[in-house]
Amino acid sequence: MIKNISNLGDAAVYCDFGNEVNKSINSQVIKYFKTIKEKKFEGINNLTPSYNKLIISYDLKKTTFKEVKNYVENIDTKETQDINSKKFEIPVCCHENFSMDIKRLEGILKLSREKILENFLNKEYFCYMTGFIAGMPFLGDLDVNMRAQRLETPRVKVPKGSVALTEQFANIYTFESPGGWNILGNTPLNVFDSSKEDKPNLINPGDTVIFKEITLDQYKNYNE
Amino acid sequence: MSNNYLDIIRPGINTTFQDKGRDHLYHIGIPFSGAMDNRNYLIANKLVNNNLDSAVIEFAYQGPCIKYSGERINFAVTGDVVFSIKKQDAEIEGNCYQSYQVEDGDEINIVSTNKSVYGYLAFGGELDLKFQWNSCSINTKANIGSNAGKKLDVGQKVNLKKINSNKDIKKTNYINSKIENIRVIKGTNFDYFSEEGKKIFYEKEFTVSKLSDRMGMRLEGPKIDNIVNTNIKSEGLIKGVIQVPADGNPIIMLSDHGTIGGYPKIGVVASVDYDRLVQMSPGSKIKFKEINLSDAETLFKLYEMETQNLLSQI
Repeated sequence: MIKNISNLGDAAVYCDFGNEVNKSINSQVIKYFKTIKEKKFEGINNLTPSYNKLIISYDLKKTTFKEVKNYVENIDTKETQDINSKKFEIPVCCHENFSMDIKRLEGILKLSREKILENFLNKEYFCYMTGFIAGMPFLGDLDVNMRAQRLETPRVKVPKGSVALTEQFANIYTFESPGGWNILGNTPLNVFDSSKEDKPNLINPGDTVIFKEITLDQYKNYNE
Repeated sequence: MSNNYLDIIRPGINTTFQDKGRDHLYHIGIPFSGAMDNRNYLIANKLVNNNLDSAVIEFAYQGPCIKYSGERINFAVTGDVVFSIKKQDAEIEGNCYQSYQVEDGDEINIVSTNKSVYGYLAFGGELDLKFQWNSCSINTKANIGSNAGKKLDVGQKVNLKKINSNKDIKKTNYINSKIENIRVIKGTNFDYFSEEGKKIFYEKEFTVSKLSDRMGMRLEGPKIDNIVNTNIKSEGLIKGVIQVPADGNPIIMLSDHGTIGGYPKIGVVASVDYDRLVQMSPGSKIKFKEINLSDAETLFKLYEMETQNLLSQI
């Protein structure tokens, strides 16, 4: 449940569900997100669910903090269906052409390359949220032996399709962008397609993802 | 092929098509985008008898040089902009906030913005642009919007679908006011910062860095010391949020911002000051002043009334 509601600036409501990151809290966030999205409250123009927060931004010309807060406090989420989750297998190539940070991870995690891949691949990860740049899925939780901090100096350009780790999370870079996560491999799969306006994201909050290793040849010949 | 079109002779540094932006997409990682300085965007459209939500050309610093081909059309430039109109027999210096007419073969040369960042060029008609999620605003980071999500390029042609039949010349005496302080509302992680850090935030001057664009504005100055944690669990952002990463230099989220961020939020710029904030060019000095939510709401209401007044007088 929402523990606290405050304002984020003068045009957003900040709903705090706590500080822990787990599926149960995240599912609550997503339930609120879905309920509000379906009800289409006049003036609300964006909803951003994350691990344990929901930010609701609104058009200050149409409504105010007080009105939106009051609305959120009185929402009934019981009717909202649980997330209809999907499972995805994501092909990932961990050839040295792509696994730019494997050496760094070997050092930090004190694990061999083989062990790192064994710990990472073929396991189910939960999608907590999507965003940053179009469609990037934030997945978790990684094995406790796999947790590394971000790079001290983020890369200016992370290649599109990079599969990367930080703390208990994994993600897929949907576009070439700056980024500081530890890169383990690359997927040839297009995770975001802006030409599909109704469903640009392949992976959505609540879905599960399993990474399956492919060879460099399979990567090069990959056909969706 | 349309008979009325623009030839981009020089694209300028960061020239894009923008309109009112796109909403309801933060949850999939797509920001609002849209014209950075909303008031100047609206005025530009009003001056050429367009619907207020029409697409315009937004430029930053150096603007485009455009050759027009087709039947007579109105255009207007807003912001603080130096530009000229080259006709067959003469070159005239242009004034912002008034509409002009161009004819086949005329050139509009947007030289630069003056002590500001963004300017707007509106044509009295409808540019032939692709819409994505009800907006043609270009987001160059995710290649979304018209022009394949890319900046305008040299040599390209932009067609006009329609030219307004109302070709009345309009003028207004608007002056872009500068403000001394940017008003902010306390952020959700305000208490992550030391007493000294909080004092610095409200009392010291910061300088706008060159590393600023439509995504964000980086500031340089005295460092703001964090005493709790330099990272938070990633969560949503909105435009105007001021994040302070580990190096202690604030970053303000602007219209093309990433939708998720993991740095503590020390404050949020009040909506009333957003249009003026984005116009602060690198090297400008910024000082923040704290206001509360109810004052921010009242000030925005007044600002909005002023905008509507301005528009109704055009």
